[in-house]
Amino acid sequence: MKFLKFLLLGIVFGIVMAKSEAISWFRIQEMFRFQAFHMYGIIGTAVTLGVIGVALIKKFNIRDFHGNPITFYPKEKAFVRYLVGGIIFGLGWALSGACPGPMVVNIGYGFLSMVVVFFFAVVGTYFYGIVKDKLPH
Amino acid sequence: MQEFITQTWSWWFSGAMIAGIMFVLLYFGQSFGFSSNLRTICAAAGLGKKTKFFNFNWKAQIWNLVFLLGSIMGGFIAKQYLAAFDTSVPISDATIRDLSKLGIAAPTSMQPSELFSLAAMFSIKGFLLLAFGGLMVGFGARYAGGCTSGHAISGLSNLQVPSLIAVIGFFIGGLVMTFLIFPLIF
Repeated sequence: MKFLKFLLLGIVFGIVMAKSEAISWFRIQEMFRFQAFHMYGIIGTAVTLGVIGVALIKKFNIRDFHGNPITFYPKEKAFVRYLVGGIIFGLGWALSGACPGPMVVNIGYGFLSMVVVFFFAVVGTYFYGIVKDKLPH
Repeated sequence: MQEFITQTWSWWFSGAMIAGIMFVLLYFGQSFGFSSNLRTICAAAGLGKKTKFFNFNWKAQIWNLVFLLGSIMGGFIAKQYLAAFDTSVPISDATIRDLSKLGIAAPTSMQPSELFSLAAMFSIKGFLLLAFGGLMVGFGARYAGGCTSGHAISGLSNLQVPSLIAVIGFFIGGLVMTFLIFPLIF
């Protein structure tokens, strides 16, 4: 039962992503061509509210439901991995019109071809795990 | 009311809900990052025996796999119960014009049939495009240490410089694909 809340959150996430068309390849194209505000509005609203909320959590030392302080673990300081990894991710994001979350929402929406995309995303992560130590970070 | 549900949900509502989901996850002691699931799936498949990167306590990440399962169900519910009969996406005329030059027709459903129909999936070129797209997303997300949810939403909310670098990378990659590579492959 302790997982039920995460299932419900996932369902809400899937419905919102689908109904706001953030799972659509067309919307991602519109974004990368700077021809509509829609996707920027979604991400911008989430980040604006996120910045305010995270600042409030830190200022008032808000605790989670276990009673532990909510802590943020900063990502390690590096440059190459974020830029190069980000570029590779961006190439794939524009081509498939979906990042990992929207991929699986699309599977539920009925696009079987997204199973192929998601399967190869797992393969891509596996490939990274194999060559990780040989890459600059 | 019915029309309100079946039309495109507004950007501000969607953005606010995504921020809300991030905060509820924080309240439950977790953090919002979807692509971690790809690594968890590799670990759960037993790949940690050979590759150190996948040798970790993946069972602590089951909550995120459950979130993934819920996301699939959410997509199903949106399509079956909350969508209008016409599920085309009202993108801008400029985008429709640009895409038509690449041979991609105006939206008649959520996704272009040129890329995501079963016929495309069972063609050699179509399959390779789906596969390479997925490969780059999966490889790049782990190399960069996160995806749109982990870096663009969670990371930028915490004003993390690494996440800003990653998001700039996302856009460089997306622009190169859209403006330089699409004209070559479509």
